Amino acid sequence: MSTHAADIHDGDTRPVLSRMLGGSAGRSLGLVIALVALFIVGTITAGDRFASFDNILTIIRFASIIGVISIGMTFVITAGGIDLSVGSVMGLATVVSTLSWVQNFASSSSWIVMVVVALAVGGAAGLINGIVIAYGNVVAFIATLAMLVASRGLAEVLANRTTQIVNEPGFLGAMRGELIGVPILIWIFVLVVIAGWFLLNRTTFGRRTVAIGGNLEAARLAGIKVKRHLMYVYILAGLTSGIAAVMMLARTTAGTSTHGTLYELDAIAAVVVGGTLLIGGRGTIMGTVLGVLIFSTLTNVFTQNNLSTSVQAIAKGAIIVVAVMLQQRFANRSRK
Amino acid sequence: MTHEPIALRATGITKSFGPVRALRGVELELRSGEVTALMGENGAGKSTLLKILNGDFRPDDGVLSIDGVPTVFGDPADSRAAGLRVIAQEPEIIAAVSVAENIFVGSLGSVAYNRKALLRRTRDELKRWGFDRTIRAEALGSELSPAQRQIVEIMRAVVSKPRIICFDEPTSSLGDDEVTLLFALIRQLQAEGIAVAYVSHRMGEIFKLADRITVLRDGSFVGTQLVAETNHDELVRMMVGRDLSQFFHREPAPLGKTVLELRNVGNQYVDGIDLTVRAGEVVGVAGLVGAGRSELMKTIAGDYQVATGEIVVDDHVWRIRQPADSIRAGIGFAPEERKAEALLLQRSVRDNAALVVLRSLSRWIFVSSRAERALAKTYIDRLRIRTPSAEQMVGNLSGGNQQKVVLARWLATTPKVLLLDEPTRGIDVGAKSEIYAIIDELAHQGVAVIVVSSELPEVLGVSDRIYVMAAGRISGELTRSEASEERILALAMDEDVAA
Ligand SMILES: Nc1ncnc2c1ncn2[C@@H]1O[C@H](COP(=O)(O)OP(=O)(O)OP(=O)(O)O)[C@@H](O)[C@H]1O
Ligand SMILES: [Mg+2]
Repeated sequence: MSTHAADIHDGDTRPVLSRMLGGSAGRSLGLVIALVALFIVGTITAGDRFASFDNILTIIRFASIIGVISIGMTFVITAGGIDLSVGSVMGLATVVSTLSWVQNFASSSSWIVMVVVALAVGGAAGLINGIVIAYGNVVAFIATLAMLVASRGLAEVLANRTTQIVNEPGFLGAMRGELIGVPILIWIFVLVVIAGWFLLNRTTFGRRTVAIGGNLEAARLAGIKVKRHLMYVYILAGLTSGIAAVMMLARTTAGTSTHGTLYELDAIAAVVVGGTLLIGGRGTIMGTVLGVLIFSTLTNVFTQNNLSTSVQAIAKGAIIVVAVMLQQRFANRSRK
Repeated sequence: MTHEPIALRATGITKSFGPVRALRGVELELRSGEVTALMGENGAGKSTLLKILNGDFRPDDGVLSIDGVPTVFGDPADSRAAGLRVIAQEPEIIAAVSVAENIFVGSLGSVAYNRKALLRRTRDELKRWGFDRTIRAEALGSELSPAQRQIVEIMRAVVSKPRIICFDEPTSSLGDDEVTLLFALIRQLQAEGIAVAYVSHRMGEIFKLADRITVLRDGSFVGTQLVAETNHDELVRMMVGRDLSQFFHREPAPLGKTVLELRNVGNQYVDGIDLTVRAGEVVGVAGLVGAGRSELMKTIAGDYQVATGEIVVDDHVWRIRQPADSIRAGIGFAPEERKAEALLLQRSVRDNAALVVLRSLSRWIFVSSRAERALAKTYIDRLRIRTPSAEQMVGNLSGGNQQKVVLARWLATTPKVLLLDEPTRGIDVGAKSEIYAIIDELAHQGVAVIVVSSELPEVLGVSDRIYVMAAGRISGELTRSEASEERILALAMDEDVAA
């Protein structure tokens, strides 16, 4: 640079810890520390029952379904939106792809049909959300709240309030299996995370998502087709609900309208605890993954110690508040 | 004059942001009843110093004393309690409440307040400070223009009856009339014995207003001069560290064919606009605030819809319905409000510079970080953007450097037509001169450039030809040799067109 270059010196004077926790990698580091702390608590209180390979797989498997949904939610929130319909759309997708005619069709052709149907239902719900929000100018909170209610209702009508059993052996065989000792469900989660990371951090799609969430007007003037892009983002969230539906069917072997109840809140909590800004413009996939893992580990530790789910809920609430407060603190510190 | 009591004294103020040393050993004295100008290039540390006075940041080192008593400001409330008010460069206005509530937001208290009394009081204050014609007390925050927002911010400070007031580039969003009112306000403050600090990049204002000038460069204290004992050239030397031999770098380039043509373009903001710009030509657009200059730019850029007429680029009629269309036609647009309309403040210089050309830096959908970094580096060097690295968050850059990032974004598109709306607002003399040189260079490369500016010397200095606007229409056209401040003003106030 020129002679007017800003004076740079290496001696950052902030304490090491706050410096490390201030950066974006640092924010994830804070979450890693929290996760490790939970593991230590788990190991001390529940011993080998907690710290076994099988139990760790259980934790991750438990995290995987909500995790996939949370990846989609990360995009929506990064773009400055919100999607409350993810859980109930997932429920609807489990119902539609276990309808008897779908399963009959699947058994006469291929179990893939059930997967395609689940994805199509999720994608269609996302498309409707996207159109209503981007082109109908309805606030995302309201539009997706409407979708939450409507798709729950539709699922009840279609399933006639019954639980529809998956009896397609090809589907169960493929989805409930393992690959090198690790359940397929976890592999799906891992793939979605990797794809999500690349999409957000390394592609034009991700950059545009961040730009729209950070400054809508600037994004528009920079030539981004904002409405169309927002629609894509909601479709993406719908698709992750579809994927989650497939995983849910594999885990529970049943489709029902009550699947996914309150998942939207778990997903939002994981995303926000992970460090994605609720007002948009900054998103982190790794943070979301850590957020999901923290909550599922917490649940596991509580279950291993036979503590009630009510106590669990209280702890969850406390974690959300503390995590967000810490983040703000470090964010401020790194600014000042 | 030299013997006025010192209201505030700052000595040895030092402040770093991570690796960036924004201030080191800065001295400042503000005297009651005097206006002290604070000058320096973009990134010199002026805003940082004022933020320290406001209690936003704590200095790493140094002492602040008020009336000779050393004090520490933990937060803005402490600073206010000490009788100090800092008027921010970017006012924060609450959109959903009225001007009255915005002005008295700090003193509303928690109990129910009497809205009628509040409105009355607001009207009185607006009248007292001369802004009763500029703003209505009932208007909502969201309805305010940038100039009005700035005035609300100023009113907020003066109604709290402080003893020291600091202004950070208050005039950068004001029109000429409002500037006149503001100067009257500052004179009144001065007469009441209030100490005033005033940051501005406009030399003319400084010589009109200030008693004393303190200059910063690269975070260091250069010196303090009495206005009566200094001159323009010495100040520039102090700020820039060298002579600026040629402020306006402008040599008319050979003109090519017409690149941009507007034929009878109109919509709800502008009407019957006929305008041409040739390759290599710099066309100025002048006019008063509200004449429709920015609206015209936004119409060309596709932000506003064209209702009648057509826009022709390179002999091809383009249907421009959204900004993406105008970018495809080869038009680049740097808007007036860089923070609200151009920048992603949370993102890096690299991200911001690459935003429009993302496609060309990517293979399929994958963005090449290396290409992005190379692009950022090119423009950091070429535009002399002062940033510790391409990864720095744009929100942490000084105002002028933010503007250069916006320019970088559009230069990266190698546009055929470049629309610059107030390109040097809030930019220091050195950088201004650099930006004029860049405009000149672009013209020589055959780009058709339109510059909208409220500063007449700037319009006159850079333009080959000037359109003057009034009430949404073009009220006249002047060649470089015909143009003068008087003729532009006469056309800008053209009653026939306005009627
Ligand atoms: N929060 C921050 N984090 C990191 N760097 C910062 C921060 N705030 C300011 N800086 C840096 O400190 C330096 C001084 O900035 P400052 O805003 O005070 O400049 P300025 O003199 O007001 O410039 P301008 O005339 O452009 O407004 C710049 O190099 C800027 O990038
Ligand atoms: Mg500044």
